[in-house]
Amino acid sequence: MKFGVVVFPGSNCDRDMQDALANDLGQEVTMLWHKDRDLSAFTTEDCIVLPGGFSYGDYLRCGAIARFSPMMQSVIDFANAGGKVLGVCNGFQILCESHLLPGALLRNNNQQFICRNVYLRPDGFVRDLLPSEDANGPIAYKIPIAHGEGRFHADEQTLNQLEANDQVIFRYCDDAGQITAAANPNGAARNIAGISNEARNVFGMMPHPERACSSLLGNTDGRAIIESLLMAKQLVG
Amino acid sequence: MDVTVKTAQQLRLTEEEFELIKQKLGRTPNFNELCAFSGMWSEHCSYKNSIKWLKTLPREGGRMLVKAGEENAGLMDIGDNLGVVFKIESHNHPSAIEPFQGAATGVGGIHRDIFTMGARPIAALNSLRFGKLEEEKTRHLLAGVVHGIGHYGNCFGVPTVGGEIYFDRCYHTNPLVNAMSVGTVEAGQTVSAIAEGAGNPVMFVGSATGKDGIGGASFASADITAESVQELPAVQVGDPFQEKKLLEACLEVIRTGAVVGMQDMGAAGIICSTAEMSAKGNAGMRIDLDKVPTRQPNMKTWELLLSESQERMLLVAHKGREAEVQEVFEKWDLPCSVIGEVTDDGLLKFYMNGELEAELPAQDLVLGGGAPQYDREYREPAYFQKIAAFKQETVPVPADLRVVAEQLISLPSIASKRWIYQQYDSMVGTVNTSTNAPSDAAVVAVKGTKKGIAITTDCNSRYVYADPYKGAMIAVSEAARNIVCSGGQPLGVTNCLNFGNPYDPEVYYQFVNAIKGMGEACRRFDTPVTGGNVSFYNQNPDGPVNPTPTIGMVGLLEDISRKMTLDFKEEGDVLFLLGRSTNDLGCSEYLHNVHGVTHSPAPHFELEEEAALQQKLAALIDQDLVRSAHDVAEGGLFVTLCESGFSNGLGFSALSPDSLRKDAWLFGEGQSRVVVSVALGQVPAFEKALQGFSAEKIGVVTSGDVLIDGEFWGTITSWKDRYDTAIGNQLRKEDAAGALGAL
Repeated sequence: MKFGVVVFPGSNCDRDMQDALANDLGQEVTMLWHKDRDLSAFTTEDCIVLPGGFSYGDYLRCGAIARFSPMMQSVIDFANAGGKVLGVCNGFQILCESHLLPGALLRNNNQQFICRNVYLRPDGFVRDLLPSEDANGPIAYKIPIAHGEGRFHADEQTLNQLEANDQVIFRYCDDAGQITAAANPNGAARNIAGISNEARNVFGMMPHPERACSSLLGNTDGRAIIESLLMAKQLVG
Repeated sequence: MDVTVKTAQQLRLTEEEFELIKQKLGRTPNFNELCAFSGMWSEHCSYKNSIKWLKTLPREGGRMLVKAGEENAGLMDIGDNLGVVFKIESHNHPSAIEPFQGAATGVGGIHRDIFTMGARPIAALNSLRFGKLEEEKTRHLLAGVVHGIGHYGNCFGVPTVGGEIYFDRCYHTNPLVNAMSVGTVEAGQTVSAIAEGAGNPVMFVGSATGKDGIGGASFASADITAESVQELPAVQVGDPFQEKKLLEACLEVIRTGAVVGMQDMGAAGIICSTAEMSAKGNAGMRIDLDKVPTRQPNMKTWELLLSESQERMLLVAHKGREAEVQEVFEKWDLPCSVIGEVTDDGLLKFYMNGELEAELPAQDLVLGGGAPQYDREYREPAYFQKIAAFKQETVPVPADLRVVAEQLISLPSIASKRWIYQQYDSMVGTVNTSTNAPSDAAVVAVKGTKKGIAITTDCNSRYVYADPYKGAMIAVSEAARNIVCSGGQPLGVTNCLNFGNPYDPEVYYQFVNAIKGMGEACRRFDTPVTGGNVSFYNQNPDGPVNPTPTIGMVGLLEDISRKMTLDFKEEGDVLFLLGRSTNDLGCSEYLHNVHGVTHSPAPHFELEEEAALQQKLAALIDQDLVRSAHDVAEGGLFVTLCESGFSNGLGFSALSPDSLRKDAWLFGEGQSRVVVSVALGQVPAFEKALQGFSAEKIGVVTSGDVLIDGEFWGTITSWKDRYDTAIGNQLRKEDAAGALGAL
């Protein structure tokens, strides 16, 4: 399989994602310019990544304009055809704006941008791909966040549905793996950090796994996260 | 409009300068031309009151690839066919009246200085100074500045990896906002800020020009007064998304080979970039100002010349290759227009709809050309007598030093700046290794190599106030010490010299002596000053700020995996204090805040002692004999030990010597001292390697308890909690009090 990373003019985690995928995880990566539309080189075995950043400056609403870019039209078709799509941070916002994922990302409840390490607990169907506990109890994955608008929001019915379908894939927890209100950095509904669509081929998450893939940075917890999502299709199949 | 000496004075030029302008032109300038001189001969652009002394600093040598002041930023060789480009700059005046935009555009401006040279910025730092946190004005400024830095830096996509923040009454009206950017560039990809080759097109790229920031350079060259708020139009407005596109487009256009020279438009906008690029190439330019894209109709010539609208670049291309340049900017949806051409007569000719509106010799406008240079008088400040009168023996040793320690660790200048730095993206770019493994200087990876760059900003202005010469040497030394503590080798310096009004002889005394001290220390550590900026007039009717010569320093780690960190690693490791402890309370946070002493001498410092310490520490790190290294700074030894314990939740047990006052040992800020932890089994080898170098075995790392002379002082977790939450708690407390007051 191979990866395509979409480059919007205000993407600023595109090269980090490329670096993590290519150099830390040894994958083949192509960069995709937002003004292009051609995804003919990609099959549904491949994965398109929408990286973090400020796609078009995010002046209207995060991801609201990116949704209309030429490349996004092709990405939407690709997703609907069953291809894997991962959106991180701004990419998650774009996926919600594009209605590939339900819900919305609102301003953090402390009204500030927050950048720090947080802990994640795998949930939903991802529990079958990524260990969420071992003999010592729950496993917490240390992954950084960096966002001003990361508070996941959806109506109660949607949230219940997401949970019932195992579509909540990551929740914020503390370093011991406990899902508590104190461990929720931005006020996200039900500590939700990441979700998938019903078909389990489109994933969105606010934390940045690509920032936790290199031993040089002292944190490689992100590798398992990315790898598990790549395996998702096999499970569905 | 008739131009008279009065017009000149209104534009902040002196009568003598007006005469000099007439003499240089051989006629009376018109209003547009006078405006050009006003911007270019402002303190901010001309360095007229500082250049004489700046020239005494070591400005070449080492690994420097361009001489100081020759380009927009310093450039040094780091091997592997790479250079590091770095600079620090102030945005104090705009931030004082509009903190959000003031700080945001400060960040934008300093990054432009880096990528205009062809380098990609990879790290940002900032050095901030505010008044007391208890003051509502301070909280307003702090919130605005932090939001502004975050807003711009986070979107632009360069991690904020370090810096410093102090709170002191002297900065109440005049906050200091100094922003530093560091980038890397491949050999052969650098671009010079030069205009050459008559007939080559002059191109204007980036945002359209508006009326914001007009007169910013001259605004920054005057004291802040109650009327300053009326200068709000002198503050620029930033758009980080535009700058992000400009960055990518500029780096891409350089690779086409079509670029002759490029300079960003910062202070004094078009007039400054055209003048400096032309003067550098001994060229001139013919510019059609009506071809400059504008944000609003009917902009006047002088407005176009002086506007400091952000995210703009002036570019000279090879004739005939305009289309290649235009194609790149079109790809990034940025305006790009040919607005004139390079000439060989050394004259800047500005036309509006075919009419010649201003004609100026480029050389006469610029620093090193016709701009005036002054000798200012100086005399020893009267307050020195108060410092000389300080008698340490009259300061009692408090009965309960633990309570004192709790007070110190919660002081805003010492406590964790978490509330602030968590609002900055510190990890974008995936090069910042300090997030998960902190060291005294931030260490960032140079991707594609084994190398790392260590970066720090340092200045304790209370020391400089007490003794400008020694205080500036300490600022340089602390910066170098932080780099050595991180396993790096100091390479070079960029400085941001924040002072009061240079026409005040006591302020100028501080300036002159700080420069002398800085020069001496930089020569000793072989860290040339590659550039920077001078910010005078940080003064208001109540007086000047403390003299604050902020040092930005970069260092090199040949192998980043050999980086040294500041955190204790394991229970049972033995603690040594390298260097010599003295019975010295001078200028400490302890003396100032606990005893209320405002005037005391700078702390103990000897340049040779410092150099020996750094040499010894570098050798010990090189021999793998230490597991952590953290220097003793604000708050003294106790705070240093706590900070080393926080990361891994490890405590310490330390024993004080009988020969010193216990408060001086715990809280004194005598310089040239570093706490290292050593694995028990390596103690004999470590002691042997000391070879007689002054070091004290002060205790051991514990599993979490903090013990001083055997007395239990609580757990490291309780100290960390105090340290982490002090600033946030205080802001919440004041907010709550404010909300109650409003009811």
